[in-house]
Amino acid sequence: MIKKVRSHVNQNEPLVFERSSPGKRGYQLPDLDVPAVDPKLALGAGNTREDIEDFPEISEVEAIRHFTRLSTQNYAIDLGLYPLGSCTMKYNPRVNELVARTEGLAWAHPYQPESLSQGALEVMAALEAALAEITGMAALTLQPAAGAHGEFTGILLIRAYLESQGNPRKKILIPDSAHGTNPATAMMAGYSVENIKSNDRGMVDTEVLERVVNEDVAGLMITNPNTLGVFEQNIQQIAGIMHARGAQVYMDGANMNALVGITRPGDFGVDVMHLNLHKTFSTPHGGGGPGSGAVAVAAHLIPFLPKPRLQKSGGTYSWNYDLPRSIGRVRAFYGNFGVLVRALAYIQAHGGEGLKRATMDALLNANYIRAKLEPFYDLPHKAPTMHECVFSDDRQAKLGIRTGDIAKRLIDYGFHPYTVSFPLIVRGALMIEPTETESKDELDLFIDAMISIAKEVEETPQLVHDAPHSTRTSRVDEVTAARKPIVRWKK
Amino acid sequence: MRYLPKSDVERRQMLSEIGVSSLEELFSQLPEAVRLNRPLAIAPGKSEYDIIEYFRDRGLENANGYASFLGAGVYNHYRPVLVDTVVSRGEFLTSYTPYQAEIAQGTLTTIFEFQTMICQLTGMDVANASMYDGSTAVPEAAMMAVRLTNRDKIVVARTVHPEYREVLATYSRHQGMPVSEAGYDAQTGKLDLDDLARQLDQDVAAVVIQSPNFFGVIEDVQALADLAHKNGSLLVFVFTEAVSLGLLRPPYEADIVAGELQSFAISPCYGGPFAGIMAAKEKFIRQMPGRIVGETKDTRGNRAFCLTLSTREQHIRREKATSNICTNQALIALMATVFMTVYGKEGLRELAEQNMSKAHYLASKVKPHFSGPFFNEFVVSANGRTPEQVNQALLEKKIIGGLPLRRFYPELGDAMLLCATEMNRREQMDAVAEAFA
Repeated sequence: MIKKVRSHVNQNEPLVFERSSPGKRGYQLPDLDVPAVDPKLALGAGNTREDIEDFPEISEVEAIRHFTRLSTQNYAIDLGLYPLGSCTMKYNPRVNELVARTEGLAWAHPYQPESLSQGALEVMAALEAALAEITGMAALTLQPAAGAHGEFTGILLIRAYLESQGNPRKKILIPDSAHGTNPATAMMAGYSVENIKSNDRGMVDTEVLERVVNEDVAGLMITNPNTLGVFEQNIQQIAGIMHARGAQVYMDGANMNALVGITRPGDFGVDVMHLNLHKTFSTPHGGGGPGSGAVAVAAHLIPFLPKPRLQKSGGTYSWNYDLPRSIGRVRAFYGNFGVLVRALAYIQAHGGEGLKRATMDALLNANYIRAKLEPFYDLPHKAPTMHECVFSDDRQAKLGIRTGDIAKRLIDYGFHPYTVSFPLIVRGALMIEPTETESKDELDLFIDAMISIAKEVEETPQLVHDAPHSTRTSRVDEVTAARKPIVRWKK
Repeated sequence: MRYLPKSDVERRQMLSEIGVSSLEELFSQLPEAVRLNRPLAIAPGKSEYDIIEYFRDRGLENANGYASFLGAGVYNHYRPVLVDTVVSRGEFLTSYTPYQAEIAQGTLTTIFEFQTMICQLTGMDVANASMYDGSTAVPEAAMMAVRLTNRDKIVVARTVHPEYREVLATYSRHQGMPVSEAGYDAQTGKLDLDDLARQLDQDVAAVVIQSPNFFGVIEDVQALADLAHKNGSLLVFVFTEAVSLGLLRPPYEADIVAGELQSFAISPCYGGPFAGIMAAKEKFIRQMPGRIVGETKDTRGNRAFCLTLSTREQHIRREKATSNICTNQALIALMATVFMTVYGKEGLRELAEQNMSKAHYLASKVKPHFSGPFFNEFVVSANGRTPEQVNQALLEKKIIGGLPLRRFYPELGDAMLLCATEMNRREQMDAVAEAFA
C-alpha cells in the first residue's frame, strides 16, 4: 500500500521561449550616469550584433512562476529519502546557505589584495586543517572543482612523484567495482588502465594484486568502502604490496561518509585521495553541481600539489606561487570557495564527536535496511555492510522484472530510486545508501514500499513493469532522444 | 547533533532489529590496526548562532564597502533578487543529477532552456549542461578538437586569460597535446596574425582565442577563423565576460565556444563556484564532453526532457569516454538561466551598453595602453609609478584599483587592467582617474 504520497494538482509550464512576447521585461537598470556611447563607433560596426534572436522576453511575475512551477516537478532531499548509492544524498543544512552569502565572502574578488582577503584565506586554512585531521593525510589542495576533477589532480600528483623518482610508469590498476570516472581519469593523465577482478567477497584480491603489480604499474585506484559498501579488510596489505614495488595508492573518497571519525585513510596506507565535499560534507548537490573535490596527500606528495598554495607567516596568510615542482594549476583561482564555506560550516556544526555520530548513524541506517530487506531481495555479497548495501534483482528477474522497473515503481511510492545497475559486478544491482539524516519513520516507509513492491512483482508484475503510474511525466523515450538529438528549442 | 533525526530509543530498536548490541559493533569488521582510537581533534559542535558569527567575522576581515575596478575574468555585476529566490528552492537546491527523468523535469527543463540560451548567445548550434568553469572548459575544448581533427597540437593566444592557459598546460602535458602560444600586437593588444600564421602547420588541431581578450580588446574573430580554417584547424572561441555577448557579434565562425558565465548573477565568491559553458557546431555534438539534455516524449505522448547521448560519458564508456567530467555546475547554471530570463533580450543589451559606456567614460580620463577596441576593461599604464602605488592611493579612498599585469606579462611592467561595470558610479571613476593624473 502506498502510504507516503497522494497526487495533487501540478501546474503545467511551457518553455520560457514559448511564454515570451516582444516588449515584456522583468528588469530595470539604474539610469546611466555617464554619456551613452554608440556601440558601432566604440566597438566597430563589424563587431556588434543586432539582437539576440529569440532570447526570452517575460515579466518578473511570469519568471518566478515559471521557475517555481518547474521546481515542483522535481524530487529533492527536502521531500524525503534519496537513497542513491555512492551519492550520499544527505540533508543540506540551511545555515550553510546563509553563511555562504556573507557579503565579505560572497563578494570577494579573487584578485583583491591578500591583505583584504584574510577572512577568506582563514576559512580555507581552517577547512584544510579539519580535513587533514579527518583523513589523517599530511596536506590538502582545495582547488579541484569536483570529485572527478580531484581524481585527475590526484593521478597527476602520482605521475609527478614517480617522474621525480625516475619513471612515471605506464598503467593504473582499477578494481572492476570502481566508479566510471576512475578509468576515464587515468586516461586523461596519460595512463592505460588495467582492470582487476574482485574476489567472491567483493574485495580486492591480494593474490591477483601480487601477480599484476610490476614496474609498469603507477598506482591503484581503490574505493574504500568499495561500491558494495564493504570495507576493504586487507587495505594495509594492499598498500604494502603497492609500496613494496614503488607504486602508489589512490583512494576514491566518494564513500568517505562511512569512515569519518572511525578510521583514517592516512593511517591505512593511502598516498593520495579526493573528498567529495558535496557528498560527505553535505554541500547541496543542486541538480548536478557545484561540487568540490579537495585532494589530500601524504607528505611525499606535498611538493607536487597544484599552485598556488596557502601559506601563513607572522600571522598573515598569503598565496605561494613559487612552487617549481608543482603539477601546475588545475583550475583558475583557488577552487569552489563558496562550497568550501558550506563544508566548513557543516564540520563546525558537528564537531569531532558529532561527525563520528553521523558516521555511526549512516552505518545504522544502511544495516537496518539490509536486515529488513534481505528476506525479500537477493544479497549476493554477505560481507558486513558499512554505509550502503547492494542487492541483486535475481529473484525478481526470474519473474521478468528488473532493477530498473523496481526503481520506477518506487517513484509511485513517493521515493527517489536507489542507484540502478551499479556496481557492474552485481547482476541487476539495487544500490541503496540512506545516509545518517533519515529518521526511522522515513526508513520504515521505504522498507514498507520495497517489501510491497517485492509482493507486487509476484502478484501483479505488469504493474511494476509499467511504472511509474502516478507521475506527471511517464517513462520517457530515451532511445529517440539519443538517435535524433534535439538539444535546444527553436521557433 | 541536530541534523541526526533519531532518538536513542529508536537507535536501540534498530540495533536490535539488526541483531547487534551497540553502534560500535557496526564497524567491528574494521581491523583493529586501522581504527581511530581517539576522538577527532575538531572543536565541539557549534550552534547556528556561533556559526553565523564565525563567518560574519571572517567576512569582516575581507574587503567590505569598497568600490572595485577589478575584472580579469571575474566581474562585479548586479544579481537580481529572483536569482537566489529560485536557487534557494529545495527542489532545485537539494536534488541530484536528473537521471530519473520522471521526477526531475524541473531540472531537465531548465537545463534545456540553458542550452538554448547559450546557443542563442554564442551563435552555436548545440551546448552542453555546463562545465566546471571557463578555465577547465578550455582544455576540454582543446581535447575535443584533437578528437575531431586527429591532429595533436594546440596554438593558444597569449591574450587568453593567463590562468586559463596554465590550466591548459596542466591538462595537455600528459596527453601528447603540445601547446604553443601566439603573441600579441604591442600596438593594438590583439593577437598577432603573423605570429599565429607562423605557428600553423598540419598538426595543429585548434587555435584558441579569447574575445574580448584578457586585455579587454576585441579580436578580429572572422580573420582568425579564416586563418585557422585554411590550415584545416578548428577555431576555439573563449570568453570570460559573458555580458559582452549582449552587444558583440557572436562568434559564428568558431567551431567550439568555451566560456565562463560568472557575469550572469554568479557572485565573485573569491573565485568560485562559477559555471563554464561549451557550445559547438551541430556536427560535433558526439564529441562534446559533459551532460547534455535532449527533448523527447513520454509514453503518453507528452513532451519530456532527459539526459541524452550518454554513450559519450564516463559511466558508460569508462576509459573511452570523452571526459571524466560528471558533477558540474547545475545550480550555478540555473542562476545564469534565471539571470538571462530576467534581463532578457532588451535587458542584456542595455546592460552591455551600460558596461561599455562606463568603461569608455573611464578610459576617456586615463589613457588606454592599447589601441584596439574594448568592451568593459582595458589596460592602462601607471605613468611612471608602479601599479601598486596607484592601487595603494586608491585603497585609501575605499577603492580597489586594477590588476597589476607584471605577474602575467613582465613586458607590461607598469601596466594594470581596469574594468568598469554597471556597478561603478561616475564619482568612483573620477576618483580613479584622479589617482592616475
